[in-house]
Amino acid sequence: MSASVPTREVARRAFATEFNDATYTFKESDDDRAPVYSLLPTGQRANRVFVAGTLTETEDVGDDSEYWRGRIVDPTGTFFTYAGQYQPEATSVLRETETPAYVTVVGKPRTYETDEGGVNVSLRPESISVVDGATRNRWVVETADRTLDRIEAFDEAGEYAAMADTQYDPELSTYRDGVVSALEDLEAEADEELAAEA
Amino acid sequence: MTDLREHAVDVHEQFSDSLDVGVDEIESRLETLVSEYRVPVDEARRSIVSTYLDEAGMDREDLSGGTTESAAVADIDSPEEWLDMTVKVVDLWEPNADSIAQVGLLGDETGTVKFTKWAKSELPELDEGVVYRLEGVVTDEYQGRFSVKLNSATTIEELDTELEVGDDDTEVEGALVDIQSGSGLIKRCPAEDCTRVLQNGRCSEHGDVEGEFDLRIKGVLDDGVEIHETIFNRESTEELTGITLNEAQQMAMDALDTEVVVEEMRETVLGRYYRVSGPTLGRYVLANDIERLGAPTDAERVLIRARSM
Repeated sequence: MSASVPTREVARRAFATEFNDATYTFKESDDDRAPVYSLLPTGQRANRVFVAGTLTETEDVGDDSEYWRGRIVDPTGTFFTYAGQYQPEATSVLRETETPAYVTVVGKPRTYETDEGGVNVSLRPESISVVDGATRNRWVVETADRTLDRIEAFDEAGEYAAMADTQYDPELSTYRDGVVSALEDLEAEADEELAAEA
Repeated sequence: MTDLREHAVDVHEQFSDSLDVGVDEIESRLETLVSEYRVPVDEARRSIVSTYLDEAGMDREDLSGGTTESAAVADIDSPEEWLDMTVKVVDLWEPNADSIAQVGLLGDETGTVKFTKWAKSELPELDEGVVYRLEGVVTDEYQGRFSVKLNSATTIEELDTELEVGDDDTEVEGALVDIQSGSGLIKRCPAEDCTRVLQNGRCSEHGDVEGEFDLRIKGVLDDGVEIHETIFNRESTEELTGITLNEAQQMAMDALDTEVVVEEMRETVLGRYYRVSGPTLGRYVLANDIERLGAPTDAERVLIRARSM
C-alpha cells in the first residue's frame, strides 16, 4: 500500500462556540480533490466533526427543492446544519423529527461569506441520529476533555496551534470557560434528577 | 575463577550441544590471544566464538549467548531478544516456504505470538495443543508485530501440564460514525471454504452462484482522536441492531430491496457510543463483545481538570 491511500478523517469534537469561530479554512495540497480543513481556534484541523445537542428548530428554506436547516443547541451555543437533495437521509431526519429532540450529527464544516462580509460556519451532515439524553451527555464530557487536551497542548506550538495563533490570536480562556460551564450544567442536571427521584 | 576461565565456561555452554570441545581448550585459546597477542578479552572471545561457529556450521544468531531470560508472550516488545518461554502450541499453519519446518501460533496466559521453526535447525516436531518449555528462542519484528523464531540453539522440552491461553483481544470505543458499503443483508458464495461476499450475484472466484444470506456490519468507531474500523458478524450485528437474519430477509422481501435493512440499521446504531473487543484482522477489529455506552462516568474528573487549568 502506498502512503497516498486516503485515510478516513477523524471526527473532531468541539463545542458550538468554538466550531462557529473556526472561520479559517485551508487545504494541505493544491490537488482539487484535497480535503478542506477548518481550523479550530484551539489548534486542530477539522475535516469532519461529531456533535450532539438538542434539535430545537427545523425549517425548509429551499426555493425549488427541499433544503432543510436545523438548529442544534449545545451548552455553549448553536450549530446550524443544512441538508438538501445530496443528503437524502439527513434531509428526511430533519423533515420528520419532531423538535425538541436530542441528536448527534456526523458532518463536515462549511464556511460561507455573509452579505455583510462576515464568515459563517455551518455543518453539512453525513448522518443525523435521534439519540437519548445519556448519549448527548457523554458527548458533552468527551468534547470537554478533547477541548482541554487541545488547550493544554497549545503552548507546545504544534503546526495547527501555530496556525491558529497566527489566524485568530485566540482567547483560549473563553473556550476553557465554555468547558467549565458545560460541565456545571451537566452536574446541575444530574442533581435535579437525583432530587426528582428522592 | 579467573576472568578468562569464566569466559571459557560461558563459551563452552554455548557450544556444549554442538561441539565436542573442553573448557580447558577454550581457556587456553583465550590465554594465547590475550597474553601473547595482546587482544582485549572481549575481542578474543568474539574471535574464538567465530571459529567454533564455523566448525559447528552455525550462524551467530543461533547462539544463545547465555543471557536468555524467561518471558511471557505479552512481554515481547523488541526484536532480537533471546528468551525462554513456557507456551502451548495453539495453532499450526501451512508453511509457505521449504526453508520453514513449522509455523503457527504459541500462547500463554498473557496472549499469543506467531512462531517460525526453520527446516535447517532440525528440531523435533511440535504438536498442536501441547505445552512446551522452549529455551533460547529469538524475537523478531515485522511491521510492528512480533514473532519468535526457533533455531538450532533452541532446546525444546515437552511438559505434561495444561496452560490456559489468554486472548490478546483489542478493545476500542467511540461513536459509531459510519457504516460502510457491504453492510446489512449480504449474500455469500456457497462454495466450500469460500465465504466471499457476492457483488451483484457474482463471486469473484466462482462466478454466478446462488448466494446464501448473511448479516454483517463494517463500521467505523471514532473517539475524536483516531478511528477504528470494526466488523460485526451475524451474531454481533443481531445483538447490535436487534434485527435477526430472518427478520432482515422478511424486510427485504417486503420491500423488494435488500438496502432497507442497512438503512434501518443506520437509524438504530449510527451516532451512538460503543465499546467493542475482539481479535484484529488486518485493519479491522472483529467485534465479539459489544457494549453500548450510556451516560458519562467521568464528568467530575473533567470538571476538576478544567477548573485547574
